[in-house]
Amino acid sequence: MSLPDGVWTRVEIGLNALAVDPAGLGGLWLRARSGPVRDRVIEALPALPLPLKRLHPSIGDEQLFGGIDLTATLSSGKLVERAGLLAEPAILVLPMAERTQPGLAARLAGAMDQGTGHCLIAMDEGAEPQETLPAALTDRLALHLDLDALPWGQTERIAMDTDALAAARARLPGVRADDKVLEDLTVLAVRLGIDSLRAPMLALKAAKALAALAGNDAVDQDDLTAAVQLVLAPRATQFPEEPAEDDQPPQDPPPPDPEQGDRDQNEGEAQSLDDLPLQDILLEAAKATLPADLLANLAARKAQRAGGGISGAGAKRKGNRRGRPIPSRRGRLDTGARLDVISTLRAAAPWQTIRKRESSFERSLHIRTDDFRIKRFEEKSDRLLIFVVDASGSAAMTRLAEAKGAVELLLAEAYARRDHVALVAFRGEAAELLLPPTRSLVQTKRRLAALPGGGGTPLAAGLKTALELAIQSKGRGMTPTVALLTDGRANIALDGTANRALAAEDAERMAIAIRANGYPAMVIDMGQRPERSLKALADTLGAPYIPLPRADANRLSTAVSAALDA
Amino acid sequence: MTQPFPFSAIVGQEEMKQAMILTAIDPGIGGVLVFGDRGTGKSTAVRALAALLPPIHAVASCPVNSPSLDQCPDWAHLTSTEIVTRPTPVVDLPLGVTEDRVVGALDIEKALTNGEKAFEPGLLARANRGYLYIDEVNLLEDHIVDLLLDVAQSGENVVEREGLSIRHPARFVLVGSGNPEEGELRPQLLDRFGLSVEVTSPKDIDTRIEVIRRRDTYEMDYEGFMEKWRPADAELRDRIVAARGHLKTMASDESVLRDCAELCLALGSDGLRGELTLLKASRALAAFEGADAVTRAHVRQVAPSALRHRLRRDPLDEAGSTTRVGRVVEEVLGEPA
Repeated sequence: MSLPDGVWTRVEIGLNALAVDPAGLGGLWLRARSGPVRDRVIEALPALPLPLKRLHPSIGDEQLFGGIDLTATLSSGKLVERAGLLAEPAILVLPMAERTQPGLAARLAGAMDQGTGHCLIAMDEGAEPQETLPAALTDRLALHLDLDALPWGQTERIAMDTDALAAARARLPGVRADDKVLEDLTVLAVRLGIDSLRAPMLALKAAKALAALAGNDAVDQDDLTAAVQLVLAPRATQFPEEPAEDDQPPQDPPPPDPEQGDRDQNEGEAQSLDDLPLQDILLEAAKATLPADLLANLAARKAQRAGGGISGAGAKRKGNRRGRPIPSRRGRLDTGARLDVISTLRAAAPWQTIRKRESSFERSLHIRTDDFRIKRFEEKSDRLLIFVVDASGSAAMTRLAEAKGAVELLLAEAYARRDHVALVAFRGEAAELLLPPTRSLVQTKRRLAALPGGGGTPLAAGLKTALELAIQSKGRGMTPTVALLTDGRANIALDGTANRALAAEDAERMAIAIRANGYPAMVIDMGQRPERSLKALADTLGAPYIPLPRADANRLSTAVSAALDA
Repeated sequence: MTQPFPFSAIVGQEEMKQAMILTAIDPGIGGVLVFGDRGTGKSTAVRALAALLPPIHAVASCPVNSPSLDQCPDWAHLTSTEIVTRPTPVVDLPLGVTEDRVVGALDIEKALTNGEKAFEPGLLARANRGYLYIDEVNLLEDHIVDLLLDVAQSGENVVEREGLSIRHPARFVLVGSGNPEEGELRPQLLDRFGLSVEVTSPKDIDTRIEVIRRRDTYEMDYEGFMEKWRPADAELRDRIVAARGHLKTMASDESVLRDCAELCLALGSDGLRGELTLLKASRALAAFEGADAVTRAHVRQVAPSALRHRLRRDPLDEAGSTTRVGRVVEEVLGEPA
């Protein structure tokens, strides 16, 4: 059952494994836009041995855990309870999983941890790498499938043989894996840079499910290879490297760890593939499935982890819990909602005579679900301060250092101010998001290691990155402000060419776009002498222009705070 | 209902286990905060803790687990006045929980259907005399944090809303876990946790393999595994119960108090909670080890957990707080003997 290269074959094998042990594997993280490719996967889901239930990202506690059926209770006049979706083991299908709030993620993760036999199919339709399922869930789902780039032509109907699956399920409890298998999976997970211990455990379960499917009572090498490709490879955070103390090139016959190599000699199936120890074979298998853009994806994933909005710190503008009250409106009385009693009564009042006549039992007040009015509040959202720092030229190092200092100082008081901070640096030909929106000092320190300075001034690119970030974070309920720190004039255009006139034009265009989107900004000129073109840029942005020669971190953070509060 | 993974079977993570045992011995220490990466056994340890705690006696139908009838709140409609033995409550506080669910609120269903003004107790009521566990505590909404701070401070939950005026005892031990990369915790809430530990994935291959092997056995051979570890868990529980008794007679002389105070002074921690926690934790540790008196070695052993989260945040200091505490402990208490 060795895996050919095709992604689709992996999808098929993965789904079959999932059908053998749905609860053990936890589920599937399916990253694909809605479309025929995804539909093919969905078509296969009914073959899973549990009932399918649909969730949605804003599902309430009452629907999940059960509660009182209000409509039935009100109409019948006695207490009617309703079971929640999590009451019995089920395949939980979660569409639009990228919009899952941390609260729901925590509850689902808790339900899965309790071992009640749930299996989650998270359909992630995220467009940007940052838009994705909360890590609390991805860590618990064994299978990660990314079908975004898969053309329809490479797919076909997924074969799910119900009888074979049932037989495999019956065999599963008897499938054994020896210690060597555990060891190989653990070592491999470490070499792929996977920190979480759930990954090797899930890989082990996948291997067992595959062994059961193949009709074996013990996990063999093929099962292991497939499990590694399905579970470990998508989680890799680094290209597997040979252990540092090993000076020999990787393809050398002596294995990196002689002791393990000896034990591998007994491995019957390893014979055919020269003398490569099993671990190396598995490693090759994992490498074969590592996406070519692993590093780029990694950066995105890390950015997502730091993303303040996704991590739940970002607040919505309209809620039903706190803030300034705004008029209540009709709505369902589920978990998040609070009833506005007065408005509810007012809504019910005109109907009392009619309802009394129609009702079969005596009651002084007749309320229907339609009458419920939900309290709503409006609150200020968290502020995001985007520093756009010029890393070009000779003064870059000091400027960056001061900007970093200022970011850390601002963050140190962020818990009180409700601020998030992000840092964009631009140099050479492009801009780079150094620090995605965060409130975490730990994260900040880790990411703000030295950045090389020098090169041209692609001001427009910097502003563009900032604008994209601002739009994205606004979608997550934050209020972005752009702070531009520079001392020079733009000399690299958006397309990377060194053309002063074009560069200035591009920068102005981006500035207009930022202003048009309504994001407040400030321009801090850190040059020795005030630069006239920056003043003009500030005017285009509708932003205050703050000349601040030889600024240090303290002065910078004070100036920014003052400008923000102004 | 399957039992959670046994506490004694957790591989490594000694500091975390020690902190949990200490709070089980003396709830007055005030809870544990576990910060660390995913998949390092944080939630496993907390869920396993419940099985270690000695059971409590409570009135059967009392919503706040009162130990005797006269302590039951007057708003509770007691259906049974029998005193029963039940496990120490460990209540999960999910993220995104609403204020109503935490503090309790007017039972709207009862109000609308029967016209009754009844109080529906919240999670704080259920957690009374037990543990309140918050996973991903650093992502908790600010207004819930405010609420918890207030109740944790006063030990009483006061509800004044929708025509209700109700108060009930809410004394619980806070246990929180989270991943520091996702956000910081407010210093006020940090301070409420008695002990704080940092866990990382084990770096050593053999340990990792052992973790996976035990987990695999737990799932494959549940009965056998529980059977194997039951004596170890029972022994640990007995030791905790014995240590609780021992706690009252534990002597702590002047020099230990001085050590605690000097340590906190050197670290510049705010308030006096640091000293108190340090002393209580050292005492619990001494009781757990069956020692006659608290010694400097006990203080040294618990100092990192008790003080790590009480340091003033210094954004420009690169060294982690664990290193800073370790440094100061060595300066003040000298090299370990």
